[in-house]
Amino acid sequence: MLRPLLAALSLATAAAAADDVRTPLTDPLGSGMWSYHQKELLGDPLDIRFDDRVIVQGPANAEDTVNVPLLVDATAIGDVEEIRIFADYGPIPHILTYHPGQAAPKIALRFKIDQATAIRAAVRSADGAWHVGSTYIDAAGGGCTAASHAYASDDWEERLGMIHGQVWADTGRARMIVDHPMDTGLADGIPVFIIETLDISDTQGQPIARLDLHEPVNEDPAFTLYFEPDATPEALRITGRDNNGNDIDGLITVAGYNG
Amino acid sequence: MITTRRRACALIGATATIGLPNLPFAQARLSYDLQPKPAGPGIWMIEGSTDYFSMDNGGAIVNCVLLQGDSGLIVIDTGPSRRFGEALAGVARTLDLRGVSAVVNTHHHPDHFFGNQVFATQPIHALGDTIRLAQDEGDGFADNMYRLLGDWMRGTEVVPPRNVLDGGEVTIDGRAFTVLPLSGHTAADMALLDQRSGLLIAGDLVFHDRAPTTPSADLAQWSAALDTLEATNAAAILPGHGPLDQAGASIAQTRAYLDWLNTTLRQSARDGLDMIEVMQLPLPERFAAMGAQPDEYQRSVSHLFPDIELAVLPRAN
Repeated sequence: MLRPLLAALSLATAAAAADDVRTPLTDPLGSGMWSYHQKELLGDPLDIRFDDRVIVQGPANAEDTVNVPLLVDATAIGDVEEIRIFADYGPIPHILTYHPGQAAPKIALRFKIDQATAIRAAVRSADGAWHVGSTYIDAAGGGCTAASHAYASDDWEERLGMIHGQVWADTGRARMIVDHPMDTGLADGIPVFIIETLDISDTQGQPIARLDLHEPVNEDPAFTLYFEPDATPEALRITGRDNNGNDIDGLITVAGYNG
Repeated sequence: MITTRRRACALIGATATIGLPNLPFAQARLSYDLQPKPAGPGIWMIEGSTDYFSMDNGGAIVNCVLLQGDSGLIVIDTGPSRRFGEALAGVARTLDLRGVSAVVNTHHHPDHFFGNQVFATQPIHALGDTIRLAQDEGDGFADNMYRLLGDWMRGTEVVPPRNVLDGGEVTIDGRAFTVLPLSGHTAADMALLDQRSGLLIAGDLVFHDRAPTTPSADLAQWSAALDTLEATNAAAILPGHGPLDQAGASIAQTRAYLDWLNTTLRQSARDGLDMIEVMQLPLPERFAAMGAQPDEYQRSVSHLFPDIELAVLPRAN
């Protein structure tokens, strides 16, 4: 009688050990996947906390599951090295890593959601500490496993890598939309086809910021980067590459810039 | 997937009724309280809530119309679920013992045709494109409606309309209508002018004191459709959502809102705003007071902003 009970107990302990973290946190959203991602996606850091200064804003409901807007603002943290954005519940949790560099630690993006889930922004400051902000988004599901819309049009190859965008110096922002199917590899018979990196630099080629994209970023990725209004570059060069080796290259400027 | 979910719902329902007969939730059967309101001689409307779909309202957010025909009542739009359709059929029998003789669906959104299965033995009329869209998108809508409304949807199956109506002068069960085949709210929107009363049954091309919805919208086509509706000089307008409009204010109200929406989204794209920032813009008082706001505005940002932004922002390569 006692032996099976003990066996069951030790099994339970083993199961718990898989998610054991060096710094246990109380997840404000009570999501079952948190400690797993703390370990696997953030590398089980010692210095980590949930931090209300990391603001993550999304809609309460994902009206369009393949175009869910998200705004992450870590300007209150100060010296930020990187921002990792991920979904607790998703076939591919990691959405994007942003290295703000010379830009403000704040970014707007759109992504594909597969089910209702907590969304996290884990912010690593220069002292190595992690600060985590969260929001919860309800969704009908299916965003990651659907085929992209691109192939419905005949000219998608001509549009591949096309960039629309602009810089607004007065409000300190730059917006860019890069035409790309961003196939997750989860739709039947369609392999992974994604932009992997976007480098943002000034017109002299000096690096300003960098984006590492993963499969859940939306089709035709759309980003807003933010700057101090008086330190906003007049033009930004966007360069990158997708996993098939296609180069991406464009220049977004303030309206009327002739540089 | 749908089948599994429906079966699961049915199973849970069965357990609740058979296994736990004395619990209050097992006794409080969800039911629609539909009241026919006179909307002209031989015309009644079932007026929907101006809120969004919820477990509280069971999706009874839509206006349905009953008009006296030669052999029974002609029903325009059948509501969001089988149970709603049954309640609607019950209301019809209190007005005319012969019940419903024919059905018309103004467009393919689920709150307008998911009651169809109750009337499957009657002719169910719609524009040809509406029939095709209901066939293509019906199951996807059903998934979402089961998620939003839960047990209210029990037993609901998608029954698309079958009988094609073209535009022009049409007689349905002895009653003469002018059918206007339009688009803009969706790719196929029917409005009907009842020739006997002069009542314009506008479907979702017209909203009244309720924010217009845009998941399948084309704003330019919608604006053109409103021109056509205005030109009918109808005696009264029965909108798809919101109260009966005797004064003719609802067309102008719908147009003002859609114009403001279009202008606001374009200006926001020109200013470089992100979708979340656009969703947080304050609404003018006259639009904030509409039913289902600000949620409906925020949904519209999701539907419309990505395309508008691409059209507005300059090329960078």
